[in-house]
Amino acid sequence: MSTFVYMTRCDGCGHCVDICPSDIMHIDETIRRAKNIEPNFCWECYSCVKACPNHAIDVRGYADFAPMGHSVRVRREEEKGTISWKIKFRNGTVKDFVSPITTKPWGKYIPKLAEKEKPSKEALDSQLLYSEPKGLNIDTGLPEMKKEKFKQGVYY
Amino acid sequence: MFTTNPFSILAETVPPIALQSFVIVMVALVIIGTLVDIIHKKNVKYFFENAKKAKLSAIKTLSTGEKISVISKTIVSDIATTSELGAGKRRMAHLLGMYGTILFWIGSVIMIFCYSTPSSDTPNVWPIIWHVGAIMTVLGGSWFWFFLRVDVYSEAQPWYRIIKADLFVLALLASALFGLIWSFLQSLNLNNRWDDKLFLILFIISNIVLFGGVYWSKFAHMLYKPGAAIQKNLAEADGSRDNLPPPADAPKQYGLGIDREKAKHY
Repeated sequence: MSTFVYMTRCDGCGHCVDICPSDIMHIDETIRRAKNIEPNFCWECYSCVKACPNHAIDVRGYADFAPMGHSVRVRREEEKGTISWKIKFRNGTVKDFVSPITTKPWGKYIPKLAEKEKPSKEALDSQLLYSEPKGLNIDTGLPEMKKEKFKQGVYY
Repeated sequence: MFTTNPFSILAETVPPIALQSFVIVMVALVIIGTLVDIIHKKNVKYFFENAKKAKLSAIKTLSTGEKISVISKTIVSDIATTSELGAGKRRMAHLLGMYGTILFWIGSVIMIFCYSTPSSDTPNVWPIIWHVGAIMTVLGGSWFWFFLRVDVYSEAQPWYRIIKADLFVLALLASALFGLIWSFLQSLNLNNRWDDKLFLILFIISNIVLFGGVYWSKFAHMLYKPGAAIQKNLAEADGSRDNLPPPADAPKQYGLGIDREKAKHY
């Protein structure tokens, strides 16, 4: 799969050019809008899709299944600290997900572990990771899915 | 210079009908260029087909009042203040160039069609609008050309590299700059010296390139972009959102949000 750009939405700001780890997002010489110059080198990291402030970049599936109407689109809202995904399956199922943005600026928020207290044996044996649950800003403990909520078989 | 109508001085040697015909030909070139562009690129066809497809996934039918409200908001926010460019230098430069160009063109049309005889008494406001518009266009265009072109910044190209995408901005910049220089030289009363004629010819050529090059240049983005902005906002309002997820209702534990890191061009 590879990225492509909706020309009506792109304003040629260059965020995708900056962020593409494969250096394949470039600016078109005729219309000064972004384009993927080497679609087969795209590894679908979605960096440019998320970075685009105008939601101008989408990811195209391969020809054998793309015409069947799936879609994976993302809306990144920095001011809210959220990243939302809308997944449209080929059978028409639609799923929406919202997650927190966990990106931190370079060189910041590096935990100074040497200055912290040594963890106890109990803490090491616990399923919680470093700084959890405080680091997740959750007062009520980690969210968990109760076993009785699961149904048998494959379901959507 | 700022209160002198440059076209009324020109009308002493060129009949006003020739000036007016030139403007009409330029408008016709824009219309023809845009139509050929539409036919060749099939972009309008794609645009309407896409809008029709998007309508199928709409979750709400918009009333006429709601549509008018969305379109009015789009005109105020997306079109009049180019909000899609965010807050920053690109938007400032674009607004300078956009409003400068509008003032420059309106000033030109009014002065050529209403006050282009040697005897006509042009109200001071029109030459001022024309000159201020030209200066704003030169400032906005130069700012963009020298400092903001993203291919120059993001792709480490030299500032003097000219590509096809520059045809519009350079022709616009040239027409405003040569117009200003021509008006300045005219105001010096050089008694038919060669230089004001030279800049008049350059002014005419840059206008022909600007309006005649619509098919090859980015000129038509002025016509397409407002339509695309209206379609985008209508899609947000009717819930189809071009398959994008809805704006998030962020739970408290997601934190206070982050600042978008500025693009760090080379």
